[in-house]
Amino acid sequence: MQTLEPYLAEHPFLEGLEPYQLKIIVGCASNVRFDAEQYILREGEEATNFYIIHQGKVALEIFTSDRGPITIQTIGEGEVLGWSWLIPPYQWHYDARAIEPTSAIALDAKCLRAKCEEDHDLGYELLKRFTHVITQRLEATRLQLLDVYGVH
Amino acid sequence: MKSIIPEPMIPKPFRIHRKLKETHDTYTIELESTNGADGFPFSAGQFNMVYVFGVGEVPISISGDPSIPKMLRHTTRSVGTVTKAILKLRSGDVLGVRGPFGSHWPVNEAVGNDVIIVAGGIGLAPLRPVLYSFISQRDKYGKIILLYGARTPEDLLYKKELEQWRGRFDLEVKVIVDSATGNWRGNVGVVTTLIPRIQFDPLHTVAMICGPEVMMRYTLKELQSRGIKNENIFVSMERNMKCGICLCGHCQLGPKFVCKDGPVFCYDHIKELFGKREI
Ligand SMILES: Cc1cc2nc3c(=O)[nH]c(=O)nc-3n(C[C@H](O)[C@H](O)[C@H](O)COP(=O)(O)OP(=O)(O)OC[C@H]3O[C@@H](n4cnc5c(N)ncnc54)[C@H](O)[C@@H]3O)c2cc1C
Ligand code: FES
Repeated sequence: MQTLEPYLAEHPFLEGLEPYQLKIIVGCASNVRFDAEQYILREGEEATNFYIIHQGKVALEIFTSDRGPITIQTIGEGEVLGWSWLIPPYQWHYDARAIEPTSAIALDAKCLRAKCEEDHDLGYELLKRFTHVITQRLEATRLQLLDVYGVH
Repeated sequence: MKSIIPEPMIPKPFRIHRKLKETHDTYTIELESTNGADGFPFSAGQFNMVYVFGVGEVPISISGDPSIPKMLRHTTRSVGTVTKAILKLRSGDVLGVRGPFGSHWPVNEAVGNDVIIVAGGIGLAPLRPVLYSFISQRDKYGKIILLYGARTPEDLLYKKELEQWRGRFDLEVKVIVDSATGNWRGNVGVVTTLIPRIQFDPLHTVAMICGPEVMMRYTLKELQSRGIKNENIFVSMERNMKCGICLCGHCQLGPKFVCKDGPVFCYDHIKELFGKREI
């Protein structure tokens, strides 16, 4: 049976992990597919997974009663979706909807949190990687807030 | 008696042949000379001083195809007194044009390299002539990648052309908007987030950037982090202008004059001036 290990070992997000750490992550991983328009996660629901997008595109949305869903970011091939699984109370803050047929690798949150508690080296490695993703997202959000294309 | 006014200070009359709506606040006007002159040769990246009689004069980049000099095109976004007046004009109306002025994008220097064009908002206007030039000599370049960011899907310029370019196998076009509602299926986020998603040969890539200065600053960082050298990055700068021909000093960027040394600069030549507070 083909495992996810070769793909995850090559992925920039997991680059540099010890082989045993990679094995632990592979043990918590599974392949998933979403149709276009299918919701992957919903605001307020328990964050049971995070995803590494293999192919396709996902929109992060906030639902507003007057304007309907507003897309605040799209996530594509090779990128990581979701960090609420790391931070209590482990609930999603946004909706995420596949806007194209999307395949991804789902990482089981409970499984990974338990492994990280057991092995703090693994926990630290994952935290470093997620901090990078969160920082990039924060920088992009600040630029969006500046509304650089508006007339000032 | 000989006039003491330098020739480039005298606007030439041009008639509006056609006015095309791009977005709610941006139009492209097509101009033809009123005296039947043959054409208006220019290089990609240059600008004209456009004069609305009785209102004022502003620098506007030339957004047309350098290989079709007969039709002079300007894409103008209405932000203040003069640009609003330009957009109130109709087909048949006449305005004054001085130019072309300034430096140009390194279209020839980029031959043999991959090329990344990063445009933000109205910044696509001075870069459109570059795309026309690249497409007309497609086999001379490696990869050609256009990354274009706008505020919303409704604010995208040149939608039909973007679609055509995106449909070609030999161009990579990625469009992104700051926010979108409902049926937009494209990317959402800032233009810098597109840079990690593209593949190119960093040692043989020329990048050309035009947009608001903050956007250019973060784009520069991202391109540098991907290994593109400063001497291969070009930016287009904006400053207030009056004369357009290096006489008045209005457009100074430190020791440089944007109207003559720019608007297109090699980043390596202005890196000490770029983003400096005092300038
Ligand atoms: C080399 C060069 C090329 C340019 N090319 C183009 C072009 O192709 N198309 C185009 O639409 N514009 C272009 N511009 C910008 C254009 O020249 C200005 O928008 C114009 O001078 C504003 O004049 P105004 O009288 O309409 O506005 P003003 O009455 O002078 O200003 C009114 C308000 O608009 C704001 N404003 C002024 N300029 C800008 C701006 N650039 N962006 C956002 N807000 C602004 C001011 O802060 C002010 O609040 C270029 C500028 C330069 C230096
Ligand atoms: S605009 Fe007068 S010196 Fe540049």
